[in-house]
Amino acid sequence: MGSKKQNRREFLKQGAAIAGGAAIGAASKSASAQLEGPERYIHGSDDMVAYGSRSRFVTSERIPHGGRHSPDTFGLDFHIATPLQDQYGVITPSSLFYMGTTRGSYLPDIDPEKHRLMIHGLVDNPLLFTMDELKRLPSVTRMHFVECAGNRANSRMTSVQETHGMTSNAEWTGVLLSTLLEEAGVKEGAEWIVAEGIEEVKGASSIPMTKAMDDCLLCYAMNGEPVRPQQGFPLRLLVPGFEGIFNVKWLRRIKVVDQYYMTYNDYGHLTQDPATAALGYQIGPKSVIVHPSGGMQLPGTGYYQVSGLAWSGGGKVDRVEVTTDGGQTWFDAEIRGEPQAMAHTLFAFDWEWDGSECELQSRCIDELGQVQPSRQEIGEFWNTPPGERIRVRGQDNSIQPWRIHADGSVHNAII
Amino acid sequence: MRLFNLLLPVVMLLGIAAHAQSPTKYGVGRTPSAEEITAWDIAIAPTGDELPAGSGTADLGAQLFLEKGCAGCHGTNGTDGLAPRLVKRDVGILENPWGYGRILPIRSPYATTVWDYINRGMPLGAEGTLSPDEVYSITAYLLYLNDVITDDQMVLNQDTLPKIKMPNQDNWAQVPDWFPNQPRLQDYPF
Ligand code: HEC
Repeated sequence: MGSKKQNRREFLKQGAAIAGGAAIGAASKSASAQLEGPERYIHGSDDMVAYGSRSRFVTSERIPHGGRHSPDTFGLDFHIATPLQDQYGVITPSSLFYMGTTRGSYLPDIDPEKHRLMIHGLVDNPLLFTMDELKRLPSVTRMHFVECAGNRANSRMTSVQETHGMTSNAEWTGVLLSTLLEEAGVKEGAEWIVAEGIEEVKGASSIPMTKAMDDCLLCYAMNGEPVRPQQGFPLRLLVPGFEGIFNVKWLRRIKVVDQYYMTYNDYGHLTQDPATAALGYQIGPKSVIVHPSGGMQLPGTGYYQVSGLAWSGGGKVDRVEVTTDGGQTWFDAEIRGEPQAMAHTLFAFDWEWDGSECELQSRCIDELGQVQPSRQEIGEFWNTPPGERIRVRGQDNSIQPWRIHADGSVHNAII
Repeated sequence: MRLFNLLLPVVMLLGIAAHAQSPTKYGVGRTPSAEEITAWDIAIAPTGDELPAGSGTADLGAQLFLEKGCAGCHGTNGTDGLAPRLVKRDVGILENPWGYGRILPIRSPYATTVWDYINRGMPLGAEGTLSPDEVYSITAYLLYLNDVITDDQMVLNQDTLPKIKMPNQDNWAQVPDWFPNQPRLQDYPF
C-alpha cells in the first residue's frame, strides 16, 4: 500500500515537472475558455520549503533615519526607520521592525545556550538563569509598541517613514519582570532597577521599581518567533509606553538598587527642564494617518479609506478623530480591533475626496483623557510668542498634517 | 539602616537555611556565587559604592590616552577624531555649563558616569580590557582636559572620584515619580 502511494506520488511529481515546463510560454492561447494561470512560478527549493520569503514584487525597505547612515564609519548601527506606509494592520513584520541604539551599536551574535540573565542587588535571592530556565517560568504574550525618542517630525521630511518610522509594534512573549523580582525577593529600599545589555557599551538604563513591578516584560519572542538580533536576541526588556532607550536589548543583567544610577543612557536622556524630562519619559497620546500620507498620489476623486495608527504610553487608545479640513471639524474614526494597552491601534475613516485641496489630520485620545495636540496647541500651552518656532518638548506627539493638492499628490504640511 | 545592619546576620542565616529547599516559588535558576556577582557587576552608582580599589592621575592618563588607542578615534587632543568629541567646545567660561555640549566628561552630573562608561565601553573594539588604575587615570585626564580638575597630579580613587563636583551636579531635571495610569505630566492636557 505504501509503495503504491509512493509510486503515484512520484508519477505526479514528474508529470507536474513536464507540464510545468510546457505550460510556460505555451499558455497564451488556450483552447478552452478558462482563464490563464500565473505567468510564472517560483521555483521550489529546499530553502523555500524551510523558510519562506516575500514576493519579488514586494520591495518595501527600512531606511537609515535622522541623517546618520547605518552602519556608520565604525560599523555601528544607529537609527533605522520602518516603512509604515507599506504596513497593513498593527503588527510590524519583524524583518521591518524599526531599530534604535544609543549612539550606535554593534549587533551581538549571541549563542542562546551560553546566554545568562543575572538578577541581583537589593534582593534576598540573587538568581542566574539560562534561557531554557527563563522559558520554564510562567509567560505572557502581549502586544506592545516601542518608540524611539528620535521619532520627531519636521517640515523637511517627506514621507511617513521619515516622520513616524521610528516606532513599531509586535506581539511579544516572555516573563513578567515582576515574576522575576518576586522570585528574587526585593528588599526594603529598592526603588530602582538597572537593566543592562551585553553589547559593546553594555547599554544600561535606570527604571523605577513602580514600573518594573507593573508591566515590564523580559521577552524572548516576538511575532511568534525568537526575538531578532536587531531587537535583542535572545532576550530583551520591554518597558511598555516608555521611550525606546529603556527597552534594553541583549539583556544580561538586572540590578536592583536604591537610587537612580545615572548610567550613560540615563545621562544621554538628561535635560535641564523638568517638564521636558517628564514628557520624554512616558510617551504621550499619538497617531498618524498612514493612508494617504506624504509622497502618495491619489488617482482621482471619489472614495478613500483613510487609515492610520494610534498609540499612547499612558494606556489604551480610547478614541481617534480625523479632520479633512485642517482641523475645523473633527469626526470619530472607526477603531479596528480591540485596543490594547501601550499598543498600536488601527483606525479608519470613510472619505469622499471632491478633488479640492485639503488637509488631513488625526488625533488620539487615550484612556487617561490625554489628547494629542497640534503644534499650535503646544505653542499656546507654553506661551510661545507668535512667529517663534514651536518647540515640542520631550517626546514629539504632535498631530501630523498631510496636505492633499488638487492634483492628488500628498505632502507633509508641517510648517 | 542601623537596625537593618544588626538584623543582617540573622537574615543571612535564615537565607542559607531556606536555600536548601529553594526559597523561590518556582525553584528555577541557580544562585550565583559572590565572585560571579562581582565579576558581572559593572554598574557604578553616583555614590561610587561599587568602585574598585586602584588609583590614577591625569598625568598618567595623558599617556594612556595615546597608548590605548583613544587618540586614534577621538583625536590626539580628544577634539578632532571621527568618534565623538571628548572636550568641551572653546566657548569661554559659561554661566550655564549645559552650553558646553553633550560631552560626557563635562556635562555628566557625576564623575562616576565617566568612569563607568570608559570602564564598560571603551576603547571601542577592546572594551573591558582597561585595568581599574587605567580607568582612574584616563577619567582624570578627560576631567582635566575639561577643566573639571585643574591639578594633573590629583589622585583619583574610590574615595576621591565620587566627591568630584561636576559643573552640572545640581543642574539637571529629575524625572517625576512614576505610577501606573497617570498622565505623563500633571496639569498638561496632552
Ligand atoms: C575604535 C574607535 C574608538 C576607540 C579606540 C575609542 N573610542 Fe571612545 N568612542 C568611540 C565611538 C564611536 C563613540 C560613540 C559611540 C557610542 O556612543 O556608542 C565613543 C564614545 C566615547 C565616549 C563618550 C562620549 C560622549 O560624550 O558621549 C567616551 C568618554 C570615550 N569614547 C572615551 C574613550 C576612551 C577613554 C578611549 C580609550 C581608552 C576610547 N574612547 C577609545 C570610538 C572609539
